[in-house]
Amino acid sequence: MPRVKVPRKSTLIDMTAMCDVAFLLLTFFILTAKTKTEEKIPVDPPFSTAEKTVPDEDIATLVIGQGKVFYGVAGFETRKQTLIEMGTLYHINFTPAEQERFAVTNSFGVPMNQLQTYLDLDGAENVKKFPQSGIPQDSTGQSPSELYNWIHTSRVVTKNIHAKEMRVTIKGDAKEEYPTIKKVIDILQKQKVNRFSLITNIKGK
Amino acid sequence: MAELDTSSGGSKKGHKVRSKKASTRVDLTAMVDLAFLLVTFFMLTTTLSKPKAMDLIMPDKDDIKKDELPVPASRTMTILLGSGNRVEWWVGEAGKSTPTLEGFGKNEIRKSILANKEKIEAASGKDMIVIIKPSAKSVYSNMVNMLDEMNITGVERYAIVDMTADEISELKKENIYN
Repeated sequence: MPRVKVPRKSTLIDMTAMCDVAFLLLTFFILTAKTKTEEKIPVDPPFSTAEKTVPDEDIATLVIGQGKVFYGVAGFETRKQTLIEMGTLYHINFTPAEQERFAVTNSFGVPMNQLQTYLDLDGAENVKKFPQSGIPQDSTGQSPSELYNWIHTSRVVTKNIHAKEMRVTIKGDAKEEYPTIKKVIDILQKQKVNRFSLITNIKGK
Repeated sequence: MAELDTSSGGSKKGHKVRSKKASTRVDLTAMVDLAFLLVTFFMLTTTLSKPKAMDLIMPDKDDIKKDELPVPASRTMTILLGSGNRVEWWVGEAGKSTPTLEGFGKNEIRKSILANKEKIEAASGKDMIVIIKPSAKSVYSNMVNMLDEMNITGVERYAIVDMTADEISELKKENIYN
């Protein structure tokens, strides 16, 4: 008896279409990618219905959480100039290597007297481990606080480089107590920054 | 070199040399694997939605004394932000009308704001003024929520003002200052 032969079907599938789709998605994600900026402290902004987007340039962000304030300015050139100006203000000479390092630091929370140590650190692991106590917000005697000087200096630098007013945004943790926020707002108001943005997560009405 | 050309031996009997047709199909499985791996990676590391911002304009501190307009008490609603996501509000002068204790949300403070707005607009023909006073025991999200309520209810005249000692004791009495 002749045996009935079951025709073997090939298990190979045409992958071309799948490959196309995969790469299309890949291209899309690469182009829209904006890597998550690493936060030194976990901050969960409150929700609101505001729909304005935050610009990328000429902007400074104050991250507030756990009673600490972190500060960051956008733009490499602005950062570098700000550091140099702050150096002259506090009589610290920053080396070119430190300036480069500062130019790629998104946000930091180190007092002025520790800043050089922080910028001289080697390796990402060490930078992560460095205890950042936040930028001091209290003024000592007659001189204004360090936070005040940072904001003021970067405003001047932004104005000089881009001829534009720097925008200040506040990214605060929802659970942060109001006195901390108020302190920062008071520092801003002291230099007549009466207009600023609060970063929020979006929610429905 | 001669010894390399031994593969097919097609030229022996005068036939034409015919190169073997290789299949144009390539196994794409590995490539697809890689592509999806990268897609997953980028999906997880990107923040698709940009953060949204809410603009806040504070009154100029120095100008307050120069051109201070008397705020008509009849058109003013004062909202105190206490602890535990509770608020206390009253319309008019402090102590003259009974304050109301409420929480945040659609059916609580928003309803009161809308009701007061309507009442004041009908009575005076002018818009309502809201004074927000966050206490030291309130949290940041309370303030943002309140500003958000202003946007939602369409109150255009509002300000964030510091709290006075009287108001703190008022909050203490209601047990929302701890």
